[in-house]
Amino acid sequence: MTQAVISSAERDAAATRARTARLRKSVFKTLDYAVMIALAFFFAFPIIVMVVSSTKPDTQIAGDMRSVFAFIPRNFTFENYSCADFNQAGSLCSPQPGVNPGLFERLDFGRIFFNSVFVTASIVIFGLFVNSMAAFAMARLEFPGKKVFVTIVILLIIIPFEALAVPLLLQVNSFPWIDGSTSWTNSYHVQIFPFIADAFSIFLFYQFFIGIPKDFDEAALVDGAGYFRIYWRLIVPLSLPVFATVAILQALTHWGSFLWPLMTTRGFEFAPLPVAMQVFFGQAPRQWGDIMAFASLATIPVLIVFLLFQRWFVQSVASSGVKG
Amino acid sequence: MAVTRLTSARQQERRVAYLMLLPATLLLILFTLLPFISAIRLSFTDQPLVPQLQADGTQRPADFVGTENYQRLLRLEFITLQPEIDSATGQPARDETGALVYPRARTILRGNEQYDGLSELNQFDLFGTRYLVAAGDPTFWRSLTNIFTFVLITVPVQTAIALGLALLVNQKLKAANFFRTVYFAPVVTSMAIVSVIWFFLYNPQEGLINNFLSIFQLGPFQWLDHPASSMVSIIIMSIWQGAGFQMIIFLAGLQDIPEELYEASALDGANIVQQFLFVTLPGLRNTTLFVAISTTILAFKLFVQVDVMTFGRGGPEDSTITPILHLVNEGFRGSQQVGYASAIAVVFLLIVFAISVAQRRILSGGQTA
Repeated sequence: MTQAVISSAERDAAATRARTARLRKSVFKTLDYAVMIALAFFFAFPIIVMVVSSTKPDTQIAGDMRSVFAFIPRNFTFENYSCADFNQAGSLCSPQPGVNPGLFERLDFGRIFFNSVFVTASIVIFGLFVNSMAAFAMARLEFPGKKVFVTIVILLIIIPFEALAVPLLLQVNSFPWIDGSTSWTNSYHVQIFPFIADAFSIFLFYQFFIGIPKDFDEAALVDGAGYFRIYWRLIVPLSLPVFATVAILQALTHWGSFLWPLMTTRGFEFAPLPVAMQVFFGQAPRQWGDIMAFASLATIPVLIVFLLFQRWFVQSVASSGVKG
Repeated sequence: MAVTRLTSARQQERRVAYLMLLPATLLLILFTLLPFISAIRLSFTDQPLVPQLQADGTQRPADFVGTENYQRLLRLEFITLQPEIDSATGQPARDETGALVYPRARTILRGNEQYDGLSELNQFDLFGTRYLVAAGDPTFWRSLTNIFTFVLITVPVQTAIALGLALLVNQKLKAANFFRTVYFAPVVTSMAIVSVIWFFLYNPQEGLINNFLSIFQLGPFQWLDHPASSMVSIIIMSIWQGAGFQMIIFLAGLQDIPEELYEASALDGANIVQQFLFVTLPGLRNTTLFVAISTTILAFKLFVQVDVMTFGRGGPEDSTITPILHLVNEGFRGSQQVGYASAIAVVFLLIVFAISVAQRRILSGGQTA
């Protein structure tokens, strides 16, 4: 009944207040979107320019940077991607007379892309087993020297691989390999083995495993399961988020791997994409069309994989405790 | 009976534990511990990358050179410069602006046996006296100042931006997913590849960035071509590539803060800013700690973008040289002196280690992180 005694003046004031609140809210929301769009532009523009430029004739790319056409395809052409024999790894196609040689005449892109995929996948897959097993032992089994292992792993996280690359190069230069060769250089295994065991991955697994209640193992032990069985049948299925996180972190790191393959590969036989990109970039004459095509082909597949799995990715990072 | 069964169960557990640790341990010893030890050992030798052959066809073993590599790397001399005397007047010579004229650093360093092996790093005036700073390896000192500049700017700025991005995409908006995807996209690109793209965008004459800024009457900037802006250019593109990842970690941290805390503080009349300061920030304490520490370690390793965008030189005028790039240039390219590069590696590792420990102490407020 109190509403009845509110004067019309008070009602007007209340209405004005509500209107300003609404106005403020909509101004705030507009501002909010404006900031998000500006930031989106900042984070997206190099990738958009890259992809759009790759579809333009070489002579047009630099000039288009002066206008909004940097972001808009025109005179669309596949010339930079020409002779697209994606499937014929190992064979370079020959340049056609009168046509600027495109990316695929200049190098064997398929092979280089495969090198990157193969090395990255090997590191990730072997790494998941090796590191999670070590972490399982450290987190859930009792043995003398356990504390020392944990401390060493945490210390190893700090050591940047890059600082040890030169001494390691000297070392692998005279490592034997099963095929009888006396050096590891210029091969796949030289790019894979040094990175399988990873202290940070072990640490992430360790943190996650230690949080799983111990009763689980004990119950399984009573049922007669061995420790390997507990690891494989119990702990691994319970820890899929951390497996996903480690896989993604390792994949991102090694997909971009540059220094080590730069030191250990010669030519393009075993070189991954980042190294080939640098060589391609340094080759005269610098043809931006081809460079943009190379960069797009190296980037777009990963972007697509990310788009497919991104919801899953965010969830796994959130639930695996990367946040420390 | 019960005791023996227990012991054999224990032994079984131990055996399995060591077996499971074996692959990782072997690999870590082979590819981290051994190179680590050999870095220390090699740093006291004159080991080249490609062993020299002796007259009899065998490889010349590296010589032990004591602390020679460290002396060259760390030697730093402050030399007082005397103004030149005008021979006509007997007074100190002055140039057309009236400033005192000092001899050229090279003349001083070349003409004095005591300064053998030194090159000019810097000059400065203090209390009316001109000092010449000379170093055994000026490039190394420049790489240290560069990397500290890079870390001190990149870590706080990138962490703040990442937090801002996380707050934006954490809003309950339909478009939040879309924006999160866009902000994260640079993370999945590889650094060497986007370095080439940024090199193109930074071009002072025809690059997109200068053309865009000219709309606002800004620039033209020299970006990578000038010592004053080259490191800024590296910082901007590094943040562009790295912020999205930290955003995801912050996002995970934000989602861990109980909704009730916000509701309770709203009932108490807290506004958005107060909620951010007194609910969000304290709730993100561990996340921020993790992000800051991991970004610092990553930032110290700065190499790829500098190597690609400056063609391995760290230029112009050493303005973007970093310890890792210097190490690679000394040990792998050019003179290929693994011994000297190892000395750089050891000093660099000590610095990184000291900083990680100090940072853990400071950021965790004395508690162990």
